[in-house]
Amino acid sequence: MNNLKVLMNGIIKENPIFVLLLGMCPTLGTTSSAMNGLGMGLATLFVLVCSNVVISLVKNIIPDAVRIPSYIVIIASFVTLLQMAMQAYVPALYSTLGLFIPLIVVNCIVLGRAESFAAKNTPLSSLFDGLGMGLGFTLALTLLGSVRELLGTGKIFEIVVFPEHYGMLLFVLAPGAFIALGYLIAIINKFKKA
Amino acid sequence: MEYLLIFISAIFVNNIVLSQFLGICPFLGVSKKVETALGMGAAVAFVLTIATIVTFLLQKFVLDAFGLGYLQTIAFILVIAGLVQMVEIILKKVSPSLYQALGVFLPLITTNCCILGVAILVIQKDFNLLTGVVYAFSTALGFALALVLFAGIREQMSLSNIPKGMQGTPIALITAGLLAMAFMGFSGIV
Repeated sequence: MNNLKVLMNGIIKENPIFVLLLGMCPTLGTTSSAMNGLGMGLATLFVLVCSNVVISLVKNIIPDAVRIPSYIVIIASFVTLLQMAMQAYVPALYSTLGLFIPLIVVNCIVLGRAESFAAKNTPLSSLFDGLGMGLGFTLALTLLGSVRELLGTGKIFEIVVFPEHYGMLLFVLAPGAFIALGYLIAIINKFKKA
Repeated sequence: MEYLLIFISAIFVNNIVLSQFLGICPFLGVSKKVETALGMGAAVAFVLTIATIVTFLLQKFVLDAFGLGYLQTIAFILVIAGLVQMVEIILKKVSPSLYQALGVFLPLITTNCCILGVAILVIQKDFNLLTGVVYAFSTALGFALALVLFAGIREQMSLSNIPKGMQGTPIALITAGLLAMAFMGFSGIV
């Protein structure tokens, strides 16, 4: 299959958040600002690409009956790697994202792509699939983070758009995450049908 | 008193779904009927409590004892996956009726991030075994409460007329947002 097509598929046609609705917990939990959304997206991108490639490389060695536990171990190893690297180089981001970094292990997208794509395709196209899905995820998280940060504090990536006292604090807090994502998906559904 | 505070704070103030965003997938997925929501809530309460005890002992007596703290994520997820399988097998033998009631939900629980999340939180917050168990159980109750309330609202909503673009997930998310807003009202009590 055309690698570019695989890449774009993850970003637009099968966007993990807006279309497949997978991996909702980090989406809602870490997008209180655009920067946090971007950071979480990139972290997931890393795990997704690495685990996709490795699983695709070893898919013929792993017996069918134990494939899911094996995938989980591979994914968890990369998450641990990422955890240590982030702790060492970006401690501030690591402490904001907190619990959601180890929880990448149970993010449905990662295991979902391993099972539905990497287990059936070549390492190269799995790499592009991981990249596409990861970018789609990052894009969605950054978008949601930007919307929430803008509505909540009047800034995007810390750049002031309007004064903070016009902001609705609600959008930075928990309910705002649900509401903002709900409206974003509604808008995308509208465009999809048109 | 300490236990009561943990209990109330885990159910209402820091509700696992509505303010900590863990376990959103089952929250959106199995909340169309109150009955299934109750089943899922019970299954989570059961597994969460056991998983917390097991992972706590694992952390204290294996990982900490041998200085293997960095293996936490890998060890916990494997133990949880194994545990869910084991609970399923044991339940099938010991109590077929309970298995019938919880059966479908058990495999789904492995990928429910609130199990791993709570297991790690208990270690991070430095609870002892008893407070950890109280915390896990009350968190699960909070999960069940949110799920059942949400299912009740969705049952009512299925009868109403929703604009086309909003049908399905969008309206569910916005409803969850309103529910989260209601839960914010509890934030002063602990």
